[in-house]
Amino acid sequence: MGEGIFLQVKGITKSFGGVMAVKDMSFEIARGEILGVIGPNGSGKTTLVNLITGFVKPDSGEVFFKHKKITGLPPHKIADLGVTRTFQIMRPYHSLPAFKNLIVPLNSPRIRRTRGGKLGDKDGVAIDILEEIGFERDAYVPYKIASSLPLGYLKRLELARCLALKPEVVICDEIFSGLSMSEISTMVPLIEKLQMEGMTIMMIEHRLRELFRLVNRVMVMNFGEKLAEGVPEEVMENKEVREAYLGTEAALC
Amino acid sequence: MNILIYGTVNSIIFALVAVGFTLVYGVSRLPNFAHGALYVLVGFLTWSMVNDFKLFYPFAILISLGISSLLGALIYRLVLIRLRGLPTSEIIASFAVGLIILEGLRLQGIGGFKGFIGPFYVLPSFIDAKIKIAGVLIDAQRLIVMLGGLAVVVSIWLFTHHTKTGLSLRAIAQDEQAAMMLGIDSDRAAIISLSIGSALAGLAAVIILPLGNVTAEAGYRILINALAVCIIGGLGSWAGAVLASFVLGFAMIISTALFGSVWESVVLVGAIILILIFKPSGLLGKQKELEERV
Amino acid sequence: MSRETSTIQRRKERLDRGIKVRTEGLYALTSWREMFYLLVPRTLLIFGLLLSPFFLEMYWQRVLCQAGIYALLALGFDFLAEYVGLVCLGGAFFIGSGAYLSGLLNAKLGWAPFFTIPIATVAGAVISTLVLLPCLRLRGIYFAIISFMFPLLTVYIIIALNIFGGTEGITALATFPNIWVDQYLILGGVIIALFALRRLVTEDIGLILRSIKDNDQAVKASGISITSYKTKAVFIAALLGCFGGAYLSHLYGWVGISQFALDYSILPIAATVMGGMGTLVGPVIGAFILTPLSEALRGFGQMRVVVYCLILIGFIVYKPEGLMNVLQRKYHQFEHWEEV
Ligand SMILES: Nc1ncnc2c1ncn2[C@@H]1O[C@H](COP(=O)(O)OP(=O)(O)OP(=O)(O)O)[C@@H](O)[C@H]1O
Ligand SMILES: [Mg+2]
Repeated sequence: MGEGIFLQVKGITKSFGGVMAVKDMSFEIARGEILGVIGPNGSGKTTLVNLITGFVKPDSGEVFFKHKKITGLPPHKIADLGVTRTFQIMRPYHSLPAFKNLIVPLNSPRIRRTRGGKLGDKDGVAIDILEEIGFERDAYVPYKIASSLPLGYLKRLELARCLALKPEVVICDEIFSGLSMSEISTMVPLIEKLQMEGMTIMMIEHRLRELFRLVNRVMVMNFGEKLAEGVPEEVMENKEVREAYLGTEAALC
Repeated sequence: MNILIYGTVNSIIFALVAVGFTLVYGVSRLPNFAHGALYVLVGFLTWSMVNDFKLFYPFAILISLGISSLLGALIYRLVLIRLRGLPTSEIIASFAVGLIILEGLRLQGIGGFKGFIGPFYVLPSFIDAKIKIAGVLIDAQRLIVMLGGLAVVVSIWLFTHHTKTGLSLRAIAQDEQAAMMLGIDSDRAAIISLSIGSALAGLAAVIILPLGNVTAEAGYRILINALAVCIIGGLGSWAGAVLASFVLGFAMIISTALFGSVWESVVLVGAIILILIFKPSGLLGKQKELEERV
Repeated sequence: MSRETSTIQRRKERLDRGIKVRTEGLYALTSWREMFYLLVPRTLLIFGLLLSPFFLEMYWQRVLCQAGIYALLALGFDFLAEYVGLVCLGGAFFIGSGAYLSGLLNAKLGWAPFFTIPIATVAGAVISTLVLLPCLRLRGIYFAIISFMFPLLTVYIIIALNIFGGTEGITALATFPNIWVDQYLILGGVIIALFALRRLVTEDIGLILRSIKDNDQAVKASGISITSYKTKAVFIAALLGCFGGAYLSHLYGWVGISQFALDYSILPIAATVMGGMGTLVGPVIGAFILTPLSEALRGFGQMRVVVYCLILIGFIVYKPEGLMNVLQRKYHQFEHWEEV
């Protein structure tokens, strides 16, 4: 594990009008690693995700996945290569049962390829994926209409949508935010399990305590720039980081 | 030289026609598919007032512009306001309003109304004369089109960049939610923009129409030209609309000079297809329609 | 001072009959009565359509054929607008390309309608899709604008370049052997298209299309190219329109620029809005109501356009759910007034 670079970001920059949302960011993620990304609100974390996954085109800079340049590819091509992401603002397909929400990724060319063109019982596959991620089948949760599910399940559903694609890299944009402690504590083992299975994960998070339990490394962003990077304890010792967080979320840690 | 002068006139005609549509779309994201209909309506209103009611020409123009801007406001107040946020319905409804006006003008036999059909409706030129510029003979109306168009474009620019109302309209166009928090009412802005936009459609009509005759069919052509300019320039972009007007204006005059006027429509279609293939957001369009905040 | 209010507050209480809900995907029909309840509307519609030719005079039989064409267009419009999120203002373009293609094939190559109709349907749909392809990448109102412009511009081009018979059109095309073939061809087409589309929207592709309309970002993030799916959807809608066009050319034995006329773009929209967007059945019913109405107004020239635009605006503003949704609700729920 850890041999070589899996996902590499080189000097990526994006400005919206006058706002420098992301400024000359460079970093790498190794295979099987969990990288945490933290930073105050508006520091450009979501924009960074958008840049990696092709939803926003960078002004300059490049992203490589397995040494292949992926900048400039459309989002669905990047997802097709195995780099998927969750959305901070979830919009599941409300009027359908939860498992039907996974029909879309299960119809993707990526899944078609891995199954040699035969898709088989998609509903069954969808329910299996959901069960694995904590939708209790015995309580018929996977069959519930999406709009009737509580937030915790919706966040899982969002993650399940990514996992249905059998990805190699998952980028989670604040999947813990808005959840209660107990809800988070049931999700943490899920992420750990994913890592055990060899998934490479990038986690954007505001909940530092929970994040630090999971990650191998964290990166701190402020005003679109990288402030610090390293193991969690070291990073939080950093004076600049403390300053950036002071007043906003100093209470944490 | 000929091409230069006629190309400029033609370009300004395009710009005049498109500027109202762009204004409305730029401010309130409402595609006003009734634009062409309002243009034609003002033409006929003015004609009726001058010929049937014997009104003084400038008066007639002012009154019909007033009616047109009132109509614009009414369209919003009565119909579109209930459909905000439903783009499908907005488009369909404004299109239907436009059709009612255009086809209504051609109605026959209701209440003794004869319907405006045929080539008999001609608005008088402001000044009937021909002037020679750099060896090219040109009638005064075309000069008026040129100057009037320039004046309109410049004053719209001044309005939106230097007056309080104009600035708040632009604020809405940029970020509706933020503008609403600052106390700018988006419904009021939409009404204002629609009434100004409709008046602009009318203004374009009274400036341009004396060059030819008024027909209801022209409404479709005008709408199409306005849409073409907006697509090529980039929806909602001012500078883009002006630039696209010149591109189209000259492209048409040149193609007419080279191959004959039948190729005009082909040039228009070609330009649209080319732009959609190579730069879908338009010449100066921001990527807004393509890239949404995620 | 509290004054006694003599008026009793009433509100409408709705009770679901519980048939629809249980049948959604599970098909748990518990009695013949429920089965009957579900089958009646479908059977009524199919037999109503199929038997109607026997009760009509010659003139109205022709109108029925027209209505069938409009119904196909309305189906296509509803499918694109509600299930894919594309507002197509240019149904006339589909009609026009289907009609001109089959007209040309028949007039220039002498092929029989039996061949020209299928060929023109498919080829016309391919052409229409290709023309609309560039704007499928764009969100927002681009599709509406472009689809609105193309039929009109095509007319200008045909007139200006004087191709395909110019303003005269192409005349003396083969017609169908008799009025029964006329009618059953289009009625069959409508019924097949209706039930095929209803099936399609509940299949996976329909689900993906609706997800694209709801949240295209998530679909892209799921590794699916939304443009390719939109292309497929436009192709399907174009197939319906082009079939209508090809049929039309042989119905009257004539093709002309009026086949690009606005009627073909606007009446289907009015029918859809009136019948109920998103129901697929609604638009068909709307077309079979509006077409005879507009035919009755033919004597008044442009009156018919004005009338169906008024109907359109009336429905879109005051009854946006449309007839079919109201009827379905009434059918599946008991309604009664309850005192509060
Ligand atoms: N599409 C866009 N257009 C204009 N400005 C944008 C756009 N997307 C983001 N921004 C701006 O870029 C900056 C960074 O935003 P971003 O959403 O990346 O922050 P974030 O770190 O994810 O914040 P949060 O913690 O609140 O999720 C902000 O100032 C935001 O207003
Ligand atoms: Mg964010």
